[in-house]
Amino acid sequence: MSSTTPPPPPTDPTRQESGWSRLLEAAKPRANRKTAVATALALALGFAVATQVQATGKQGLESLRTTDLVRILDDQTSRNERLDLETRRLQATRDELVNGSSKDEAAVKAATERLNQLRILAGTVKATGPGITMTITGQPGQVTYPTLLDLVQELRDAGAEAIQIGTARVVAQSYIAEHDGALYVDNTKLTLPYTIKAVGDGDTLQAAMNFPGGIVETIRQQGAEATVTKAPSVLVDALQQPPTDRYARPVPSASPSAP
Amino acid sequence: MIPALGLIVGIALGIFLDPSVPVWLQPYLPIAVIAALDAVFGGIRAVLDGIFNDKVFVISFLSNVVVAALIVFLGDQLGVGSQLSTGVVVVLGIRIFSNVASIRRHLFHA
Repeated sequence: MSSTTPPPPPTDPTRQESGWSRLLEAAKPRANRKTAVATALALALGFAVATQVQATGKQGLESLRTTDLVRILDDQTSRNERLDLETRRLQATRDELVNGSSKDEAAVKAATERLNQLRILAGTVKATGPGITMTITGQPGQVTYPTLLDLVQELRDAGAEAIQIGTARVVAQSYIAEHDGALYVDNTKLTLPYTIKAVGDGDTLQAAMNFPGGIVETIRQQGAEATVTKAPSVLVDALQQPPTDRYARPVPSASPSAP
Repeated sequence: MIPALGLIVGIALGIFLDPSVPVWLQPYLPIAVIAALDAVFGGIRAVLDGIFNDKVFVISFLSNVVVAALIVFLGDQLGVGSQLSTGVVVVLGIRIFSNVASIRRHLFHA
């Protein structure tokens, strides 16, 4: 350390202002012990400086002190906890949203299905699907209204979901009547040939019409002719006005599905 | 001149070999480097003062390095390692500045 102590006042006046010359003198290459030692130390210093600079450049956690590491760990732990909490909260929100929307969706779907079912039952929409088309040819008065009624009943028994006779849609309130030798379905006068369309399982419907002693045979016995054709797609396009109930009111439902 | 070349060669070696600093040395190396720099500047100043002595230089160099490392080590053991490191760096920095000022006066008379 004494090399850094302030110098004594120069004794030699010629060396007083010759800082550069003294430096040059010292810098002269000489092969002695002084130079060797100084060179060795300078080499070590340069090596250490370069090493340290590079180590600083790629400094990671391993160069930190224990206290710093503990602090960083603490920070990370608390941050982790915070993020965990956040994750749980967001997951709960997400679950809620997903469940809620799926419930709503399911409810809407169920309601739509039910609405379509009821519309077809009430005859307020056109219906299409597999089924049969039946044509009855003959003279007026041959096919009587009980036969037509039996026919409708037989179709319903066979699972027909939508029935049309002529241009009249047959629904729950439909009636079949005979007046002046003409058949009526709900005020609609039927004209020969009668065309009956029914949506349902084609095979079952066809079998229900054709069994021995069944509708087709009855019609033949009455002198008319009936043909049943199965089709993969039958369009029931006649519509019914839904009746407005003047007296009946629904009983309030106690089920939880009621709003 | 030759020591200056040695410094450059050392830097080049450090860059090309790219040695990894051992873990136990990591807190001490930067302080040791600063201390060595202080010794080097002190040596240059001694040269300009005409009182340079190689034995003194070597001992001051090594003792500077060891003492600086020791202070940091002690500070680490006492739990004030970073503060003490800062203190050592400040003190050595001040000494480097004063040595450089002395060198400057010798060379530029200013």
